[in-house]
Amino acid sequence: MARLTIAEALRQAIREEMRRDPRVFCLGEDIGIPGGFGGAFTVTLGLSDEFGHERILDTPISEEGLVGVAIGAAMAGLRPIADVQYGDFLFNAMDQVVNQAAKMTYMSGGTVKVPLVLRVPVGATGRGAQHAQSLEAFFTHVPGLKVVAPSTAYDAKGLLKSAVRDDNPVLVFEHKLLYGSKGPRAERGALSPVGEVPDEEYLVPIGQGVIRRPGRDVTLVGKLLTVYRALEAADRLAQEGIEAEVIDPRTLVPLDRELILESVRKTGRLVIVEEDNRTGGWAAELAATVAEEAFDWLDAPVRRVSAPDTPPPFAPVMEQFYVPGVEQVIKAVHSLL
Amino acid sequence: MNAEYPLSATQLLDLYRTMLTIRRFEEQCNYLFLQGRIPSTLHLYIGQEAVATGVCAHLRPDDYLFSTHRPHGHAIAKGVAPRAIMAELFGKRTGCCQGKGGSMHVGDVRVGMFPAIAIVGGNAPLAAGAALAAKWLTTDRVTVCFLGDGAMNEGAVHEAMNMAALWDLPVVYVCENNLYAASTPVSVAFKIQQIADRAAAYGMPGLTVDGNDVEAVYRVAGEAVTRARRRQGPTFIEAQTYRLCGHSRSDPRTYRSKEEEEWWAARDPIPSLAARLKALGLVNDETLAAIEQEVAALIDEAVQFAETSPPPEPEDTLRHVFWEEGAAGGETWRA
Repeated sequence: MARLTIAEALRQAIREEMRRDPRVFCLGEDIGIPGGFGGAFTVTLGLSDEFGHERILDTPISEEGLVGVAIGAAMAGLRPIADVQYGDFLFNAMDQVVNQAAKMTYMSGGTVKVPLVLRVPVGATGRGAQHAQSLEAFFTHVPGLKVVAPSTAYDAKGLLKSAVRDDNPVLVFEHKLLYGSKGPRAERGALSPVGEVPDEEYLVPIGQGVIRRPGRDVTLVGKLLTVYRALEAADRLAQEGIEAEVIDPRTLVPLDRELILESVRKTGRLVIVEEDNRTGGWAAELAATVAEEAFDWLDAPVRRVSAPDTPPPFAPVMEQFYVPGVEQVIKAVHSLL
Repeated sequence: MNAEYPLSATQLLDLYRTMLTIRRFEEQCNYLFLQGRIPSTLHLYIGQEAVATGVCAHLRPDDYLFSTHRPHGHAIAKGVAPRAIMAELFGKRTGCCQGKGGSMHVGDVRVGMFPAIAIVGGNAPLAAGAALAAKWLTTDRVTVCFLGDGAMNEGAVHEAMNMAALWDLPVVYVCENNLYAASTPVSVAFKIQQIADRAAAYGMPGLTVDGNDVEAVYRVAGEAVTRARRRQGPTFIEAQTYRLCGHSRSDPRTYRSKEEEEWWAARDPIPSLAARLKALGLVNDETLAAIEQEVAALIDEAVQFAETSPPPEPEDTLRHVFWEEGAAGGETWRA
């Protein structure tokens, strides 16, 4: 059993999958340049030493092009892991992700598969409006894409390995404050959770959520960084005698709906915490699902704790206001009791 | 160059037969559409047949082809069964995409044609990616990507061609310059006179060819495909041609002059080739009529097959969003 950061766990997953299957390769910007960073967050650091620069393929700054190349390579028999450096840059590649990757199997009448992994760093980290967005909701809206969002080292490794083996496009969302990147790529204010990762081979199946903390009074659902906000809120609520159940869905598409619905049927109360704009968001979708499927069990309205409908701001004081915090979660819970 | 890619009498007749098949297929589509028997819109390939035919004559069934929103001609030339294409246009379960694709997405991966890509230029990075895979996994498989002149001003094409050259990918980009992107003339969209001039900027050879002369297309494509097969890198071909029909079914073509259309009609690649075959003594009026009949029978059969095929079940909408193991559709022509 090793204790790893998420960046280390992801790196281990990539290394194992590349050793296992010669069709697996990485491509992206700054991922293997000698003397470089190993990707913006060090995940691919050192991998070109073992696998060479053909399988750790540095690309020009061409997001639409490199994502398209990855999709085409997947259609023709390889299993690419593409790194877009900052999730915000994925908007440059929206045609390739949404029109090509997501629709290829469908348009072909089920005769073409796209075993593609896109690694997408998200989250506000003092970089202003274009290096900070949480994009998950955009992609959960697109049929044909699987979406995972690991928040621990164990899940990061197990889900990335499952994503590589999946015959569909899988977007792996990774939070910048959870990587635990070291050296000059370390993030200020990072949480950098270190977790136990077994030495032996394992997978985390896509589509299974997990209860991070059991409780009977209220259900808190978070993803990525907000799982930790919810857990901290639950600790503090426990001091007042309120037992919150914290759920980490881990996969957003396909969503483990039953796990969440079952929890809500037990607690009768739901607060969804997400670091994304409120309108048309993932939390809104989940709230609608619960309203449709578990309305009779609700003892109070569903509450969303989201970022406001603004771009991510720069100044630390504003960014702190923007990203949902523990206080807001506690306040939301209090409003339901 | 002539000497390197000679065409035998049989090959010339094959080219003619393929071009005529495309032409009659498209004319039949047009007729069926006007009768209301084919739903949706159509982007017909009439006038450009020599390009697809001359290029695809060099391709094996396991070579990859990426097409555009105007894909019927590419599909026929690559070997997708006309009946499977026709059934797709009718939205039938027996279509090459089981009715999920329609006119703008026809393809059959079992003869090397991926679903056609109807986002202009969106196919260029995919072709580079498929070529990357082919370079790693095979010794000599080639990828061809057709583009219109309009696609040449898409960023995706620029990014893809740079990477194709950078990594010496075995891909041939064939730009069919038919002088109009929908209604927009090339003069409104390009400062340069020859689109092939751009190839030099990416670091790949750029060739311009008369796209209405199938023998010329065949020679130039032969050079490009051989380069790719020998793993010597990508090539860009600009084939200058003209669509002798509207952009789509709702196009009255009022943005171009009658004189211009007549000038190009006089250079229609099919009668030109027929005249050449006659001059070479390879055909006479009788043999040409026999080819016509053979092609007509093939198209009739395709329409018959499409019309009598069952439609998909409405609930089939829900299938194939994700990959299903063991699923397959369509059928192949030459398989």
